[in-house]
Amino acid sequence: MHRKNFHAAIAAAGLLMVSAPAYAQSIDEKVNQMFASSTGWFVNLIFSNFPGTSFPWIVAWLVIGATVFTLYFGFVQFRSVGHAIALVKGDYSDPNDAGEVSHFQALATALSGTVGLGNIAGVAVAVSIGGPGATFWMILAGLMGMASKFTECTLGVKYRNEYPDGRVSGGPMYYLTKGFAERGLPGGKILAVMFSIFCILGALGGGNMFQANQAHQQISGIVGAYPGWITGVIFAGVVFAVIVGGLKSIARVTEKVVPFMGILYVGTALIIILMNAGQIGWAFGQIFDGAFTGLGVAGGMVGALIQGFKRAAFSNEAGVGSAAIAHSAVRTKEPITEGYVSLLEPFIDTVVICTMTALVIIITGQLVAGPDGNYLLNEAGTAIQTVGGTSGVGLTSAAFGSAISWFPFVLAIAVVLFAFSTMISWSYYGLKAWTYLFGEGETKELVFKVIFCIFVVIGAAANLGPVIDFSDAAIFAMAVVNIIGLYFLMPIVKRELNSYVSRLKSGEIKKFE
Amino acid sequence: MSGKFVVGYDGSASSQRALEFAVDRSNAQGGTIVLAHVLEWSPYSFLTPNELEERHKRREEELHRAETAIMTTVVKDLKDKGVTVETVIKYGNIPDLLAKIAKDFGAIQIIIGRSGHSSLGARVFGSVAGALVQAAPVPCTIVP
Repeated sequence: MHRKNFHAAIAAAGLLMVSAPAYAQSIDEKVNQMFASSTGWFVNLIFSNFPGTSFPWIVAWLVIGATVFTLYFGFVQFRSVGHAIALVKGDYSDPNDAGEVSHFQALATALSGTVGLGNIAGVAVAVSIGGPGATFWMILAGLMGMASKFTECTLGVKYRNEYPDGRVSGGPMYYLTKGFAERGLPGGKILAVMFSIFCILGALGGGNMFQANQAHQQISGIVGAYPGWITGVIFAGVVFAVIVGGLKSIARVTEKVVPFMGILYVGTALIIILMNAGQIGWAFGQIFDGAFTGLGVAGGMVGALIQGFKRAAFSNEAGVGSAAIAHSAVRTKEPITEGYVSLLEPFIDTVVICTMTALVIIITGQLVAGPDGNYLLNEAGTAIQTVGGTSGVGLTSAAFGSAISWFPFVLAIAVVLFAFSTMISWSYYGLKAWTYLFGEGETKELVFKVIFCIFVVIGAAANLGPVIDFSDAAIFAMAVVNIIGLYFLMPIVKRELNSYVSRLKSGEIKKFE
Repeated sequence: MSGKFVVGYDGSASSQRALEFAVDRSNAQGGTIVLAHVLEWSPYSFLTPNELEERHKRREEELHRAETAIMTTVVKDLKDKGVTVETVIKYGNIPDLLAKIAKDFGAIQIIIGRSGHSSLGARVFGSVAGALVQAAPVPCTIVP
């Protein structure tokens, strides 16, 4: 069955390649137009401003959510980091459970889904539109987001499904349904269905098209411009081979290389920052000044804040609900333990990795400032002028390249791998939402996987603007539904937390020797 | 002196030789055999979301396979020969776990076969025998 599908798809891709080159450029344009016109209304709905202001309601929604969880759980993200690390190290894991999913593995898999282009391209977008000050708001959003992640991942484990054949999976669609039923609240099912629809859109948008798009930009930046659909078809072929053909070897190689790339990326950023050690103070000055004044950036302080919060949420996905899907397979008797572990995710993703990217861009002087110290805007007036007019991944790449000339090549490989691992993760999240809506079954699952691969091609062919708008909108729509659910279910998490903490104090829960 | 002999057993020819050697010793001394099968596993490896979902199921399958394909026949053979045998199947680092099993069972010796990697291979990938002699709480015999 699998093999036959696989061959059919290869044949179809081959046909496309034979017939298409003559129309290549126009295909890209058509895809772009169709895409922008068909998704515009959705984007406008999600990003509409509060009446009479330029402040999008969705940003306020995420910030208020993260703040409520932070206060409700008594700043759990600052008090429990030590315990979270002990859990990841396996200090509290029963040795007899060896061979099951460890806390470390759940965290690593969730991270490989979030660490990616958001950290490289997204931060560049934030800093070029919102100025250095966006970094401050991004870090703050990362710290607050830890509490959102804590809440959703605890619920993800508590209400997961353990199937008779031994598979374990969960996520917002399950905690919304089961959790609401347990509390005797109506509407859980409706929220779960809405979440699943948005999750599918998010998987196709931020988890797929944005990744394909940026991967194409990276590759074409190095080998020269060529039509995006070519990258799309190649990427789609590889993704297809993994998720439909079951080629585990590719996924396994990626999963091993991605963490290494992440460490290499942070290490290189640190080296560049240390090379410019004299400017670290200045860079932080820019970040703090910009956070509250905007330093003349379009939109001023609010512009910086919106960009910072938006890109942080897009990067670490706190409150979005996706991570709850990845974390839920862990082996533990206490759902709250996975909540603790998941706290570390926004910290690593946003507070560490995103901040590194921002610092490198600022310190290497990629943003062009005028004589008065304020940043100059580009011709369209939409973003800060950059050296060489770069944006997105291109800006990050130029920043790293200005310090280490060969690093853009390494970065290109990293971007492609990050993009790929994020796609694999999101194809899974999307599939779980899909099977929640339509039920499980080989044909139903295959339909989603094929749609997913088609969107890889569309994403690579479309322009960045419409893709990034749609990706953001879809992912934030997930957060709308998920956070409503979290408000109703947070007393359950609180109960778990109190019970666990008291048993930890009394010595009932002990470390294993 | 009677006592327990822990044998690292994975069904391979070298582990078979180790087992035969151990049976000879235990028969001579009136001891018993602890047949230990360790599935190599690190809690710090990386898995895809799909592998996470299926991990518990796969583990059950792997344990079942180890039990039926590797342990059952050899245990029956040994019992037919009148050898007293206990079995352990665990996940983890092979040398560490063999050492731990020896300690838990109060064994007097650990016996394993030698896989016969070249010295370069052993240098690159590490060798079970080399790591075991460093970690073992009791004398070890490596059967060539």
